[in-house]
Amino acid sequence: MDISYTILIPLIPLAVFLLLGIFNQKIKPAVSGYIGVAGLSASAALSFYTAYQYFFVVGKESGIYKTIVQKVTWMNFTDTLHIDMGVLIDPISIMMLIVVSIVSLMVHIYSRGYMKGDDGYTRFFSFLSLFSFSMFGLVLATNLFQIYIFWELVGVSSFLLIGYYYTKPSAVSAAKKAFIVTRFADLGFLIGILIMGYYTGTFDFETLNNPEGPAILNWASTSFMGLSVITWALILMFIGGAGKSAMFPLHIWLPDAMEGPTPVSALIHAATMVVAGVYLVARLFPMFYFVEDGFALNIVAYVGGFSSLFAAIIAITQTDIKRVLAFSTMSQIGYMMMSLGVSGYEGHEGVGYMASMFHLFTHAMFKALLFLAAGSVIHAVHSNYLKDMGGLRKYMPITNITFLIAALAIAGVFPLSGFWSKDEILVAAFEHNTLLYVVGVFVAGLTAFYMFRLYFGIFWGKDTQYKHEPHESPLSMTFPLMVLAFITVVGGLIHFSEYVSADKAGFEAHLNIPLALVATAVGLTGIILAFVFYKKENELPSRFAHAFGVFYKWTFDKFYFDEIYLFVTKKIIFNLIAAPIAWFDKKFVDGTMEGIGNKTVVISKRIKGIQSGKVQDYAFSFIAGVVILALVFIYLWTN
Amino acid sequence: MDFSSFLLMRQEIILLAIIILLLIAEIFIPKNKKSSIVHFAIFLFGIHTIVGFLSINECSIFGGSFQTNNLIHFFKNVLNIGVLILLLQSADWIQEKIVAQDKGTEFFILLFSSLLGMYFMISSGDFLMFYIGLELSTLPVAALAAYETSKRISSESGIKLILSAGLASGISLFGISLLYATSGSIFFHDIIGTISASNLTILGFILFFAGLSFKISLVPFHFWTADVYEGAPISVASYLSVISKGAAAFILMILLFTIFKSLMHIWENMIYVISIATMFIGNLFALRQQNMKRFLAFSSIAQAGFILLGLISGTQLGTTTVVYFIMIYIFSNLAAFGVVQAISSKTGKENMTDYEGLYRTNPKLSLVMLLALFSLAGIPPVAGFFGKFFLFTAAASEGFYLLVFLAVVNVTISLYYYLLVVRAMFLRKGENPIPFFKNKIYMRLGLIITVIGIIVLGLYSPLYEYIYELSSIYN
Repeated sequence: MDISYTILIPLIPLAVFLLLGIFNQKIKPAVSGYIGVAGLSASAALSFYTAYQYFFVVGKESGIYKTIVQKVTWMNFTDTLHIDMGVLIDPISIMMLIVVSIVSLMVHIYSRGYMKGDDGYTRFFSFLSLFSFSMFGLVLATNLFQIYIFWELVGVSSFLLIGYYYTKPSAVSAAKKAFIVTRFADLGFLIGILIMGYYTGTFDFETLNNPEGPAILNWASTSFMGLSVITWALILMFIGGAGKSAMFPLHIWLPDAMEGPTPVSALIHAATMVVAGVYLVARLFPMFYFVEDGFALNIVAYVGGFSSLFAAIIAITQTDIKRVLAFSTMSQIGYMMMSLGVSGYEGHEGVGYMASMFHLFTHAMFKALLFLAAGSVIHAVHSNYLKDMGGLRKYMPITNITFLIAALAIAGVFPLSGFWSKDEILVAAFEHNTLLYVVGVFVAGLTAFYMFRLYFGIFWGKDTQYKHEPHESPLSMTFPLMVLAFITVVGGLIHFSEYVSADKAGFEAHLNIPLALVATAVGLTGIILAFVFYKKENELPSRFAHAFGVFYKWTFDKFYFDEIYLFVTKKIIFNLIAAPIAWFDKKFVDGTMEGIGNKTVVISKRIKGIQSGKVQDYAFSFIAGVVILALVFIYLWTN
Repeated sequence: MDFSSFLLMRQEIILLAIIILLLIAEIFIPKNKKSSIVHFAIFLFGIHTIVGFLSINECSIFGGSFQTNNLIHFFKNVLNIGVLILLLQSADWIQEKIVAQDKGTEFFILLFSSLLGMYFMISSGDFLMFYIGLELSTLPVAALAAYETSKRISSESGIKLILSAGLASGISLFGISLLYATSGSIFFHDIIGTISASNLTILGFILFFAGLSFKISLVPFHFWTADVYEGAPISVASYLSVISKGAAAFILMILLFTIFKSLMHIWENMIYVISIATMFIGNLFALRQQNMKRFLAFSSIAQAGFILLGLISGTQLGTTTVVYFIMIYIFSNLAAFGVVQAISSKTGKENMTDYEGLYRTNPKLSLVMLLALFSLAGIPPVAGFFGKFFLFTAAASEGFYLLVFLAVVNVTISLYYYLLVVRAMFLRKGENPIPFFKNKIYMRLGLIITVIGIIVLGLYSPLYEYIYELSSIYN
């Protein structure tokens, strides 16, 4: 099957980026918005067409979804080791195409309203297109190196978009922080790629992921410090993935990244780029599962589970609504990681893998919706803080309803999409790891609580007197909300397990009723608690905060992780390592160099007399040179 | 010997035809349209350059006097490109100054004759052809150096060049006769078989070597360089420092790797010493120059020292790196000379202090200069970095670590004085900066080609691999 047309999916946004980037000054803002939306619509249409072709026409061969690859060799190292550029189509890449194109298109439409009147309107759309191009490229990558290139490109576009308000110091430092932290993690990724390439002799996903292939079968051939080198490579790559996906302890950049415009947060820091880490693990899932009996996969599970719990606890106390959503995102991604971590491979064993991808899909929709709705709120009240909000349901009905739908979905209420995907994750955890199941259920409760704390805080609660009466956002902003809300409602009805599974054969997933009841009960408890606490303004929350005392403060300050990092970098690395090196460099290295420089100038002055300008002198030195050379090489230096 | 074997000398024949055509054209061009000779010459030479890229067979004709192969052919093309750039860069100067004195045609004829001499020199199969080529390549340049007859310094430059060149070629000829005395033949392929490290042979070799060293301006045979460059017209200085030097270094390499291969234990040490001396002397003198032409003269002496680094390894890798380095050197130095030429022909200013604040008034020109200087200094990612890097690799792979270390020291020194110019252009304000001016189309074309060359040679690795392939014959 010829799938080369899929290359257009990333190339169209690239063309838009170049167009808007080069003719930045010449294009009217309104036009640039249309160009961006039109470009992405084309990509989205192509994505849907690809999905239709793949799932219903050509993808399935004797009951198994095949992987279709088309590529050209770019750099050759050895016969097997080469870097290619191409497109790879399989169920998860298609699913990601759909996610990225829907969310990106919605965000493009939304931004036309949200960014209206901003000075850098065209610049904003060109960056959005750059990001879409990079993300599509990442999703379609056929090998580790290609994914790495686009991995860095999404990092760059994320950097550009977080720092979009570059006159704001906090935005600039947030962009810097995000870039440095993820770059630091990417170092692990790169080393992992190099180790992988060196020991398996290939970068290709297809070859690496073959359960009967040499890469997986020979994992035990070389070991380092008690673990197979392949396991080390996988762990290092997971560090890269954890950096992008804001897993503990590399999560510190995500809350700060909320300094970017809200549509950016919805697109990059909720739905697409941050799940790149999950996608990477899923992409290499057979390797993670088979190599060393899933040692690396266990790490993924525990890191995911812990991050999920950790972030959910912090989310309860935050007062900036975007930061609550940021921690919520981190928590939900932890969920997906955990789900991948507890997954098996064949048939129903692989429910964790399926659930993770399913949750990635549903979460992308409702979290993007939450962010866009939050953006709509921020647009109306010009503040990010809960204390400036309250009672907004009267002014913003559409935002209110759509936000509620998303909050119910993330809380796992039947029959919204979040219910189905979360249930499958809990099933997977229950079947494979009881501890993580307990964590998962607890997090589900916390999620419902903090999300409804947010909901009641914004739309109910106290009746704030607003200076300017807030009003509902324009259609360009509410339309994407409604579309995403619709997908959130019906998304759970897709029979995901038939299309996406670890062994690509598909299986029949059933609702596990007892587990579903437990989860729903826990979720409802969280909602009810939030109702009691925050429906009407009362003293309960502050009494509780007081009762928890120190613990509340710790949580509010995000367990001081930023401070710990600052301490390590500033006090330890700068003072104890960098300062002595700088001293050595300045005194010794520079000193030597300066000495050489001074001597050189002095010598240069002394010898200038030789160049007299008289030809007879030149001739003399010419002859003298010949004679000396002859004497030396005939009589002295004859070896 | 039939007509088809004549075609193997295609480059030489076409160039000769161009020279004759120019002579004829001189007669027919009316007095008031003399400047059209410039367009005509550049057009003809452009065609010649393009035709040169057609491949040629490996051959040896005239009983072995003349030989060519793909590497030599390739190098002739490199020289062609260099001369073409040079013509483009000096076209305006010729039109304004030289044609007015009715000496335009001679300029081209002399220049092309010298290039023809170089063709014969690098294609030579015996010492006779070599010597004729050497003389033919030098003598016209002496006339060219004295071309600005109105300036005393130009005449002085011509006289100095002809005297020094006469001495050098005399000594070289003496060396050749000694080599003939010991081996009994002037044909290279005979000498390869019979040469042995007797004292007389070594003496002959050293005398011969001194003659070539003069052209490459290696220490201590370099003294003429600065005076001649300073006095000669810029395009002639540029020709001497780039084309003439490149061709001489190339033939030196070929001779060392073929007929003098068995003397390697001698010339290795010799080159070792001379390389160090050349790099240091060139750099130390360049450090204090104020005149841009003198400055580039000494810097080009130092660059010649680096070329020797590649020669010393005596391997296929060495051959490749030398050819590659010379190519990059040609582009970089032509870019630098081109800017000096542009400024000098507009304003007559040639001193480093005149360049202060150039970036403010002529940003494009100063960026070209910046690129050229970075390439000469070997700053990544421009081509010069790779050229030096490969040279060092070649020398280090044969175990000359001390030499490489000293070379790196010299790179540092050279960085200092190249940056002096950069500082003058970019950081200094300058009380009286050169006002903005627009270059004519030829000059712009000449500069653009060098810029493309500097960038592309650094990034386009297949070229290096191609040269490596061609160099396999000197393994």
